[in-house]
Amino acid sequence: MRPLLLVVPKLASALVVALGVASLVFLLLHLVPGDPVEVMLGDYAGAADRAALRARLGLDLPLIEQWLRFLAGLARGDLGVSLHSGDTVRALLARHFAATALLALAAFCVALALGLPLGALAALHAGRRLDGLASAFAVLGMSLPSFVLGPLLLILFAARLRWFPIGGAESAASLVLPAVTLGLGLAAVLARMTRAALLDVQNQPFVLAARARGVGEAAVLLRHAARNAALPVVTVLGLQLGALLGGAVVTETVFDWPGVGQLLIEAIQRRDYPVVQGAVLLIALCYIGVNALVELLYAWLDPRIGGAR
Amino acid sequence: MRYARRAALAVLLVWLALALVADVLPLAPNAVDLPGILAAPDAEHWLGRDDLGRAVGARLVQGAQVSLLVSVLVVTLTTCFGTALGLFAGWRGGLVDALLMRVTELFLAFPGILLAIALAGVLGPGLGNVVLALGAVGWVGFARLARAQTLALRDRDHVQVAHALGQPPLVIVLRHVLPLLAGPLIVEASFAAAATVVAEAGLSFLGLGVQPPTPSWGSMLRDGARYLLVAPHLVLVPGLALASLVVALNLLGDALRDRLDPRAVRLH
Repeated sequence: MRPLLLVVPKLASALVVALGVASLVFLLLHLVPGDPVEVMLGDYAGAADRAALRARLGLDLPLIEQWLRFLAGLARGDLGVSLHSGDTVRALLARHFAATALLALAAFCVALALGLPLGALAALHAGRRLDGLASAFAVLGMSLPSFVLGPLLLILFAARLRWFPIGGAESAASLVLPAVTLGLGLAAVLARMTRAALLDVQNQPFVLAARARGVGEAAVLLRHAARNAALPVVTVLGLQLGALLGGAVVTETVFDWPGVGQLLIEAIQRRDYPVVQGAVLLIALCYIGVNALVELLYAWLDPRIGGAR
Repeated sequence: MRYARRAALAVLLVWLALALVADVLPLAPNAVDLPGILAAPDAEHWLGRDDLGRAVGARLVQGAQVSLLVSVLVVTLTTCFGTALGLFAGWRGGLVDALLMRVTELFLAFPGILLAIALAGVLGPGLGNVVLALGAVGWVGFARLARAQTLALRDRDHVQVAHALGQPPLVIVLRHVLPLLAGPLIVEASFAAAATVVAEAGLSFLGLGVQPPTPSWGSMLRDGARYLLVAPHLVLVPGLALASLVVALNLLGDALRDRLDPRAVRLH
């Protein structure tokens, strides 16, 4: 009974937000200054071509009807057709999505592998030099955008050392630099969170009791404090996993990585608005979905939430 | 930490000063010089020259102006608009408040700068559209902050007294609520300034920002990324400039938070 009580309202509110996001994305086409058909076809298109495109996009219908048609198409998984290649938007997105998901997951792993130990190390040495270094890394990691970090890594590891290819997605080695670039910011956030959460539980009675029993400092940290510090960290982590999808747009452009982000930027340059709408919608919906899942997971992990209700 | 924060303030002041005097300095950011293409830094051009032989240093200074101009415009607009909306919703409560919260949730459903990319992509490039795209996304944080604080302040004694004395709501909000909001808002604004500098450069990097030949740090990075092997200074110079400004703004935000918002968790 309890899980169901929890799941239904969460899913309902996620669905409402998704509907709103879809409507916002629908409105994007109407924000194009001037006539979108003119912008898409250029100056040399004939009147017949314009009328044909206008009818195909449904732009001759009243706005409400266009909106309903957009949502109805969305429900069927029909996002229209690319004006550039003639492929369906759905097929284009399907072709590019795996690469983005792979990049986001790899970046997530990088963040975990770097952020957690660094945060623990900083907490263990709180107030000392190592803590200061970790804190400096965190500020730098959060301040360096991927389009600065990416080229810097390329100069060092691709151009100078030749350890990794400079772009594209030919081999497993191509994944390393994009994943590090995308994951480093999250690693910094994670290190900060882990440190704060660990220090937060340092003075709880159970930690003091463990210390009083003569348990070593590292064991106290790992065995007793870590479990209780995990909750806030897991939350932040989940919310940031979704954010990686947004960051992927820029990172993919830096590394010529064939994902949804690259598709989006190319579509913007070609004024291929149906593809722009589809790509934005896909990324936003994934973000909403991941966040809803994380909230449910959090409620399941923390007996204090939902249990009493 | 104190030294780091002083250094951060110094870095920010240097960039601000350079941006302010950029138009008066004898710089030629758009002077093409084909024999000097991709030249490494030398005595005449301290920071080297780009793929058209233009002086990177001059373009960097001009780019600082673009970056800071966009940041100041966006942060000013979003602070005013977001705060006004948040104050109104928090004070009125009820349906207005619920509606505003749903709208902000919609905007927050787009991760990172995705919505700004989409807006800038649809509106087309140019300084005005960049400000519009970043402003359309940036007000949300201020609105939510102002709303939450107003809700908390609404029942304070001094507000209740003002109410009992018959002061009109607008006066109460402006004189008795807004001043108490100033601290958290200033902290938020400094982080928003850092985020806006990054976002503007990001849009320019994607080709959605100010248009050539006007230099922007983002478009300098994008052009430079094509010559990584032969002229790494084209990426290093704007990259480090951007990093220095963003780190400085974030450190100042931390310092302001420690000073103005004593309840906030101290992470240092």
